[in-house]
Amino acid sequence: MSIAIDIRAVAKRYGTFEALRGVSLQVRQGEFFGLLGPNGAGKTTLISIVAGLSRASEGSVTIMGHDVVADYRQARRALGVVPQELVFDPFFTVRETLRLTSGYYGVRRNDDWIDEILANLDLTAKADANMRALSGGMKRRVLVAQALVHRPPVIVLDEPTAGVDVELRQTLWRFIRRLNTDGHTIVLTTHYLEEAQELCARIAMLKQGQVVALDRTSELIRRFAGGRLVLRLARGTLPQALAAVRIGDDRAGGGEEPRIALRVDDYGQVEPMLAELRRAGCEIEEMELLHTDLEDVFVRIMRGQTGAPAAGAGGQGAG
Amino acid sequence: MQGFWTLLYKESLRFAKVSVQTVAAPVLTSLLYLMVFSQALEGRVMVYEKVSYTSFLIPGLVMMAVLQNAFANASSSLIQSKVTGNIVFVLLPPLSHWELFCAYVLAAMGRGLVVGLGVFVVTAWFAHLSFSAPLWILAFAVLGSAILGTMGLIGGIWAEKFDQIAAFQNFIIMPATFLAGVFYSVHSLSPFWQTVSHLNPFFYMVDGFRYGFFGVSDVPPLVSLGVVLVTLAVVSAIAVVLLRSGYKLRH
Repeated sequence: MSIAIDIRAVAKRYGTFEALRGVSLQVRQGEFFGLLGPNGAGKTTLISIVAGLSRASEGSVTIMGHDVVADYRQARRALGVVPQELVFDPFFTVRETLRLTSGYYGVRRNDDWIDEILANLDLTAKADANMRALSGGMKRRVLVAQALVHRPPVIVLDEPTAGVDVELRQTLWRFIRRLNTDGHTIVLTTHYLEEAQELCARIAMLKQGQVVALDRTSELIRRFAGGRLVLRLARGTLPQALAAVRIGDDRAGGGEEPRIALRVDDYGQVEPMLAELRRAGCEIEEMELLHTDLEDVFVRIMRGQTGAPAAGAGGQGAG
Repeated sequence: MQGFWTLLYKESLRFAKVSVQTVAAPVLTSLLYLMVFSQALEGRVMVYEKVSYTSFLIPGLVMMAVLQNAFANASSSLIQSKVTGNIVFVLLPPLSHWELFCAYVLAAMGRGLVVGLGVFVVTAWFAHLSFSAPLWILAFAVLGSAILGTMGLIGGIWAEKFDQIAAFQNFIIMPATFLAGVFYSVHSLSPFWQTVSHLNPFFYMVDGFRYGFFGVSDVPPLVSLGVVLVTLAVVSAIAVVLLRSGYKLRH
């Protein structure tokens, strides 16, 4: 399959600070790709370099085969970016904003497509409203519309659902999924890991400017197969034998006692754990067995765990 | 080219939408200058033979309005976009540095010339004006607005905060325009200040522009044209290099 975004050994330094340290990854055409990482990992810096808003200290980036520096016109025509910051031009209406953006990309007489985008993002009623008059969620939708107005084959969304309501998220993802089905390549960064798990077929995780995981979402989850046993004790204390697998407590659902989470690598471990609790005289008030999800994988990778290599998985650096 | 035309249209629409602030206000300010200075100095100052002080003042005020508003348009547009973050809307599309340069400068020239025309229309009633060499009037108005539009672009690229662009405007552009012979002839100054005035490129813009009206000027119009062209070439080169390098725009 052809490559939509090819990032090769990209480094970015601000003085002595290294924001990116030799990042290499490829996004294939038609993929729904997730770029995850904690704040300050370098996601937005990497997207800025891909978008031409920032220049790499080392390395190169191509979009649909066009270098973002040497062949920036073709590269930028092929790319639509939804920036993370909620920015807008207060002088213009929604429709004027979209017509202007369209014109910047050299697309004339684009009103049919603009109307379609407005309809798909539930913005039709606001088409002639000034940008200043819109709520935060509406402004976010306009940013998405601006990224799509020139029909780019590659779309990068930098935390598009940050601080927006559930309805918009669903509207947005329905539309983005449709675009992906139509052949558009989608790159998404988000802090909502359940979104990434649901939407992204492949994921790269960045930490301190480096790629620390790059694989199919399903393989990443399989690599950390297992789950966690979450329980709340009505009586007794957790026996010493289980302390080693205790991975955290929470107070979800209220109650006087916290919920204790125990790591379960293999479901065969559950019965011995319960037996150990019985021997210690513990009485269980509440119990839940949770499967590993992307959030567990994310937390564990960020802690430096690599997980068991899954059979047939590409592993780190797989393109 | 579509990108360039769109940016030019957007930059022009931006100031047209707030024309009370961007056009009407500077026209009123210039009218007040005229009323105060002509009231105070008419009949007391004679700069050129057969040219009243008010007649002498009007082209100076028109040119000052052209220059200051051309600067204000490019600089305020850029600094607002940078501070609010919507500068990404012109940095993400495939616009070349030449397209950015030409669009911002031409829009700035547009505002400068519109305000200059407005000042002329409201002040011309106060005195008799001749048009000895209309092409010189046009040439210096166009070139002067281009220089200040380009300087506004440079200021907008360089500044990161509103107070920096205000400092650029208040400590460089305002003194340079005020001391360019708008309100007086440099021949009335002491030799030292005459020399200082001749180092100010804004002086040549005003003097050449005024030549177009009266057919007389402090320095020959061809000299002024030469200085103005060289100034335009220098500031344009600086602006294009800055845009091409992405200085303070693309990190």
